[in-house]
Amino acid sequence: MTSSEDSPPGPPPTAGAGHADADADADAGQGDADGAAGQGDAAADAGRAIDAVWRIESARLIAGLARIVRDVGLAEELAQDALVAALEQWPHSGVPRNPGAWLMATAKHRAVDSLRRKDVLRRKIDELGHRLTVEGEGAGTGSELDEALDRMEDDIGDDLLRLVFTACHPVLSTEARVALTLRLLGGLTTKEIARAFLTPESTVAQRIVRAKRTLADAKVPFEVPKGDELAVRLASVLEVLYLIFNEGYAATTGDDWMRPALCAEALRLGRVLAELAPGEPEVHGLVALMEIQASRTGARTGPSGEPVLLLDQDRGHWDHVLIRRGLAALERAERAAAEPATGSEPATGSGGAPDVGPDVGPDEGAGGPPRPPGPYRLQAGIAACHARARTAQETDWVRIAALYAALARVVPSPVVELNRAVALSMAFGPAAGLALVDELVSEPVLKDYHLLPSVRGDLLAKLGRHAEAYAELSRAAGLTRNERERALLLARAEASAAAARGGAVPGGG
Amino acid sequence: MRFMVLVRADERSEAGVLPAEDMTDAMDRYNDELVRAGVLLAGEGLRPSTEGARVTFSGGRATVTEGPFAEAGELIAGYWLIEVSSKAEAVQWATRIPFEDGAVELRRVFDATDHPAGTVLPGTAGKERTPREERPRNAPQA
Repeated sequence: MTSSEDSPPGPPPTAGAGHADADADADAGQGDADGAAGQGDAAADAGRAIDAVWRIESARLIAGLARIVRDVGLAEELAQDALVAALEQWPHSGVPRNPGAWLMATAKHRAVDSLRRKDVLRRKIDELGHRLTVEGEGAGTGSELDEALDRMEDDIGDDLLRLVFTACHPVLSTEARVALTLRLLGGLTTKEIARAFLTPESTVAQRIVRAKRTLADAKVPFEVPKGDELAVRLASVLEVLYLIFNEGYAATTGDDWMRPALCAEALRLGRVLAELAPGEPEVHGLVALMEIQASRTGARTGPSGEPVLLLDQDRGHWDHVLIRRGLAALERAERAAAEPATGSEPATGSGGAPDVGPDVGPDEGAGGPPRPPGPYRLQAGIAACHARARTAQETDWVRIAALYAALARVVPSPVVELNRAVALSMAFGPAAGLALVDELVSEPVLKDYHLLPSVRGDLLAKLGRHAEAYAELSRAAGLTRNERERALLLARAEASAAAARGGAVPGGG
Repeated sequence: MRFMVLVRADERSEAGVLPAEDMTDAMDRYNDELVRAGVLLAGEGLRPSTEGARVTFSGGRATVTEGPFAEAGELIAGYWLIEVSSKAEAVQWATRIPFEDGAVELRRVFDATDHPAGTVLPGTAGKERTPREERPRNAPQA
């Protein structure tokens, strides 16, 4: 049974009033302040309900339609048409008992109309002796079409997965992938996406239109790739989700709710993806990473909005629901990695298991060697070390250093090395960290990166080399673009200078 | 934003009567739907108040009363914690619960991850550096 049909939600509808009352009651029960009853309220309620239903249903509506019409652009139009029909009808007729099914039925009808029109057109053209390729080919005629429509509500999960892979297809630019993912899977409007990325609405609209055209022109198949291709494409999907997350995380607070909402959206999509692709360790790794990072949101800024660094954060303000979920997702990642890949390749194409020590990675490896951790699992592992420590002092820096070493092998980068240097210094003392930092000094990528001299200055100060520390911290202060940070760095540089003077005068200070 | 969907207890839940099998199946499907939509954060059913206790405070003194408690309709029998983008969305999800009768109540959860409603005052919080930039200093992190 479809539960919502057999057991009506809410109070039974009274005669004539239809189901709109049930919804209106639900809203009124929440204590809506503007109690001026009447048509306006009912319309507003219906409007809110339609927004909410759209958010819940749009992705699978589009995904299901795209499988039939083989064109995400057309599928989105058909779904939008159904939405417009809802906007016209629901304020009068009331929100139907099963709004998702209503939208699906309406969209199906439009799909049939659209395909039949094309079919008629094709036949006419054939009669005239021409040939025409129609996107809906294969599902285009008579009973075949009906069968395809009947199957529409099965395999919804598969359809969604296809939609994810299509929206994140490499023929599209990164910006286009991000916009299309938010649009097709998140149900966000062009306006909302524009606000979130601080981009003009027309730019985003252009991007989306062009992306859909590119997909159609390139005849990108609506499918989940197989074999080697899957690993590459999955990496693109994960990258898009993490980009969306970071865009929101970089601006956790602020006047515009849309940007922080991106974090929540990326998390939601990540959780959906984890359900769709439960056998992919990196997917769970990314979800774990995002859950744990998001858990710190409430502790990342101080009372006057100043950023609070990880080790200085009040861990009581971390969100323990999200931490628990993140740690659970990481466990799922490790379990998935321990299982032999079922008909698909590992998510990370990197060869060779990174040597991360005996306690990193899954404990049991029943059936074949576990898949080596990829970048998201490793970063989630690092985040988990912080999340598990009740105080900053309890942090397992040895493990973090090992995870950074593995990360440096999977995705080599000077920034990762710099992180590893910090972890090494925390685990084995400032000298161990400094040795690595000194190797990075000549790294061109880090030439103007203020955190390099900042870290180096820190380590030098800890080693008592105050004069050098002063020079490095001053340099860092000159490089940062953040005023608060500059002030902090200058204060620390000054402290080093004072210590240097103190050290130079025997018996002084 | 987060909402807690609170399920009110009734005589049957207070008597420890488990729902019929088809109801359990329907609830499983509903829960799956919440999970697949990425909105379910947590959810639990509660055992009858017989197995609980109530602690009341008066003049700074705590008094413990063992369950059961009489006012079934005001007790909580379970909850879902969901993360949604609006109250309307939470309401939409709640209307999909396959209950035959009974009541649920929606309450918004204080949450520092949504709007600056929690510990940070609105408008006072400044922009923060990206995690990537935040990483290296004395705070290595993912």
